[in-house]
Amino acid sequence: MTSHIVDARAIHKHFGTLHVLKGVDLKVDERELVFVIGPSGSGKSTLLRCLNRLEEPSSGSIMVDGIDMLDPRTNINHARRRIGMVFQSFNLYPHMTALGNVMLALRKVAGKSRGEAESLAHAALKRVGLADRADHTPGQLSGGQQQRVAIARSIALEPRVMLFDEPTSALDPELVGSVLEVMRDLRESGMTMIVVSHEMGFARNAADRVVFMDDGLIVEQGPPGAIFENPAHERTRAFIGQIQRH
Amino acid sequence: MIEAFFNIEIMKAAWPIVLTGLWNTILLSLIVVPLGLLGGLILALLASIKHPLVRWPLMAWVDFFRAFPPLVLLVLLFAGLPFAGLELGGFACVAIAFFLNTGSYYGEIFRAGIDSVPAGQVEAARSTGLSRMQSMRYVVLPQAVRNVMPDLLSNTLEVVKLTSLGSVVAVPELLYEARQAQSITYNPTPIVMAAVIYFLLLWPLVRLLSRLENRALAGRH
Repeated sequence: MTSHIVDARAIHKHFGTLHVLKGVDLKVDERELVFVIGPSGSGKSTLLRCLNRLEEPSSGSIMVDGIDMLDPRTNINHARRRIGMVFQSFNLYPHMTALGNVMLALRKVAGKSRGEAESLAHAALKRVGLADRADHTPGQLSGGQQQRVAIARSIALEPRVMLFDEPTSALDPELVGSVLEVMRDLRESGMTMIVVSHEMGFARNAADRVVFMDDGLIVEQGPPGAIFENPAHERTRAFIGQIQRH
Repeated sequence: MIEAFFNIEIMKAAWPIVLTGLWNTILLSLIVVPLGLLGGLILALLASIKHPLVRWPLMAWVDFFRAFPPLVLLVLLFAGLPFAGLELGGFACVAIAFFLNTGSYYGEIFRAGIDSVPAGQVEAARSTGLSRMQSMRYVVLPQAVRNVMPDLLSNTLEVVKLTSLGSVVAVPELLYEARQAQSITYNPTPIVMAAVIYFLLLWPLVRLLSRLENRALAGRH
């Protein structure tokens, strides 16, 4: 038995004639924060989306928290409760309040009563610093606040793993900090996190491991210091040089 | 002129008959609008299953009933079904014809609404463990309906107008009763009454529709 909470092996993904993932292995330990970086089109978002099967891998195997994600007998809706996901474009439900956004899955998936779901949702919003915005609709919130509500929507279900797909890329620079702060807080509480992002400062401070992907493959991985200061591969060096210039 | 079209005496005499027609038109609308909405919703939900075995028959169905004139459909049902041993009566024929015809129109509107909701909404919902049906019901449909509200209302307006087709198969709705009154009194005043009543019935809906359309336009800026 392995102790990896996420164990993805030989993941391939084809989109028509496009070969996006070319045999990716990714193992993540419990409480680990893994950063995935790489140029656009390198397959990092697709890899993330394969882990909770928003994208169907063409082949390979994925175990998350002991559940075989690709087994047709697996109840995918139950399995997904254990895997939170935060999107670049927030994807909050615009017809509901912040509280309603957090409550929906608590009620319909976790089967909580209205009262219970409400208090859990309030607690989750408080955790992301938005207790006073519970009754606001997404349209009345800033981008940073929307993303924090999206994080609350995920953590309210008490997932075992959180996936972040470029969580700060759509934000104005002055709003990035508030989201990273929430992510740091989550990390300190021991959440296992896989983050696709180019926030190098955050990676340096918080990540246990940085994975560099290019052209559908993991090129190299290691502690942030090693990857950023002393990459083994030329492609990694070039990429890091590029984003550090910005 | 006034004698012929706005004859007070005739109005008084015809009023009870026309009123009966009005109630029947309202009743008919209250049956065919929900029926059409239901049919449309079913079609749109089926259309969201993007499987070819579902999609092609569905497209043929919708195309057929949108291309088929509703009056012809109605007369065919009314005059044709008895030969198949089915004596349904005018009211039932109107209900079926509307279910088939307006359901197809409502279906296309709902489908456009569902397509207008960004894929990220479903992805977010599914990522929290909501099933496909739950995502549709709690996340997609509420937004879809809101996005196509002007079109739904506009179609409903047409459906209420179309209930006057019922007069052809002897459903005693507003137009039918007005024509009855006209043939009894030898005076077109009851038809004018019906026209005014149709206008008064639909005008608030028309106003509401323009307000919704203006708001939708404003929302785009």
